[in-house]
Amino acid sequence: MSQRIAVQIDDLTVAYNYKPVLWDIDLEIPEGVLMAIVGPNGAGKSTLIKSILGILNPIAGSVSIYGKPYDQQRKLVAYVPQKGSVDWDFPTTALDVVMMGTYGSLGWIKRPRQKEKKASLEALEKVGMLSFKNRQISQLSGGQQQRIFLARALVQNASIYFMDEPFQGVDASTEIAIINILKALRKAGKTVVVVHHDLQTVPEYFDWVTFLNVKKIATGPVKDIFNDDNLTKTYGINYKVSIQE
Amino acid sequence: MDLQEYFSLVFTDYTLRTITLGTAILGAVCGMLGSFAVLRKQSLLGDAISHAALPGIAIAFLITGAKESNTLLIGALVSGLIGTFWIRGIITKTHLKSDTALGLILSLFFGFGMLLLTFIQKQPNANQAGLDKYLFGQAATLVESDVWFMAIVAGLCLFVLLLFWKEFKLLLFDADYTKTLGFNTKFIDILITSFIVLAIVLGLQTVGVVLMSAMLLAPAAAARQWTNSLSVMVILASVFGAFAGVFGTTISASQNNLSTGPVIVIVAGVFVLISFVFSPSRGLLFRQIRLIKNRRDLELHKTLAFMYHIAETHDDISHPHTVKILNNFQGYTRSTLKKLVDRNYVTLDGQMWSLTENGFNTASNLYNQQSDNNE
Repeated sequence: MSQRIAVQIDDLTVAYNYKPVLWDIDLEIPEGVLMAIVGPNGAGKSTLIKSILGILNPIAGSVSIYGKPYDQQRKLVAYVPQKGSVDWDFPTTALDVVMMGTYGSLGWIKRPRQKEKKASLEALEKVGMLSFKNRQISQLSGGQQQRIFLARALVQNASIYFMDEPFQGVDASTEIAIINILKALRKAGKTVVVVHHDLQTVPEYFDWVTFLNVKKIATGPVKDIFNDDNLTKTYGINYKVSIQE
Repeated sequence: MDLQEYFSLVFTDYTLRTITLGTAILGAVCGMLGSFAVLRKQSLLGDAISHAALPGIAIAFLITGAKESNTLLIGALVSGLIGTFWIRGIITKTHLKSDTALGLILSLFFGFGMLLLTFIQKQPNANQAGLDKYLFGQAATLVESDVWFMAIVAGLCLFVLLLFWKEFKLLLFDADYTKTLGFNTKFIDILITSFIVLAIVLGLQTVGVVLMSAMLLAPAAAARQWTNSLSVMVILASVFGAFAGVFGTTISASQNNLSTGPVIVIVAGVFVLISFVFSPSRGLLFRQIRLIKNRRDLELHKTLAFMYHIAETHDDISHPHTVKILNNFQGYTRSTLKKLVDRNYVTLDGQMWSLTENGFNTASNLYNQQSDNNE
């Protein structure tokens, strides 16, 4: 199986103060995979995504998206930040937040018009939130807020999606809704990279996995590398999960 | 001068008209920009910048020896900007949190400014008096050219706001995401901050170093209570700001020339108070009323449910029961019983009650209704 490489990371090292958060990461993300990034707290999972997206400046190393630097490939990439990273009491509506996903392709100054609004409404529909379009965002539940964030990324119509813990603090119905969307994205040939915490669901949800704990421990197909050996190397304790056959 | 006299004068008297216009424009600009400061949780930044402007005023006077307000305000602008950059520097380069950095710069600059002011006062120079007006502002010193300058800044500010509205909103809501979309967040950030600094410097002459941040924050805090839309909030904040300016000037001019700056700030504070209490969706009053009403309804429904469970044990749902057995139930009072009767859920006959058909059906659907209401 010769797949194109969607994201190529070489020698990436990131530090906030003195202590490196990511050390010498080499990682290839093949096109069309649904990948989980797993690792303990402080392993640098969010940092990895933020460095790929240029939110953080790495000390060393390079990232390329389909062979070119991120700056030139922005429109191919969409981002779903952690839900807790913004103030949900901000005075705006669900639809308005989703429309923000169109700002990147609009560029400076140009305002969203009918076309952008239509795309945003479609994205809201995909995440099952169309009836909430005029709801003030603070009046949405945690799961609904997460769906709004997902819709905002969907409206970017990208090829590669990076998501930071989209399942955190959502109820079962939202989790199912989100995973169905992720699977639909993969089916459409998109690449999806998800920071994930629930190890039990990795084999069920994902086909590719990266173990991360400051260094890259392993990366590859879930069926080949999602085993006790790698889990123990990553989490440092004798970690056992039952993998469904 | 009483109120009536004031209103006749405001259209004819040149000075009064100038001052009223000036404070109105200032209030509008501050309200507009203050919305951004409040939403970015940078409320204290305004305070720090205005205090940091004081040494600039003193140094500008020491260098030029002139009391001309534009020169002094350029000094204020420069030292305000220096203060802002130091605050940013402290936050990014050290482990200190932003409140510490703001507090530190605020008091250091203000202290240095006061030191320079007392130094200037000791100088054998007849020209020195009046610099302390920048502490609490003196609207009476506003002249037409000041108002023109304010109007130009207000227009420029409005233009930039409309031009970069989308970018401002995006940055305010989600800065990291803004970056991934390819916008230069530093540029947007500097643009917003520069305008805030400019607005503060403009207000120093009128409201003064000490009270300036209230001008920035109060209209925005009040406006936030009334709306869930950013554009409406910005518009409301500038309207509140403008009214605070006009009312403040009116009151101060009609009441023995009370100091204008503090009066404007107090009027703005009254707006905030009214908004906190009376706003329909976020106000304390209506929230409390809703809370009490919900509690009462729940109590009522719980009593009804209790009665339902008693009635359920009989074949005839309208079988009468004595009121006494309700006494065991916690939420029960005479008035709840009366309310249930009023709603036609229950009929009373002496000391006996019985459920009506309506009451029985309502009670059997209570839980479903509860969850419907929450949708």
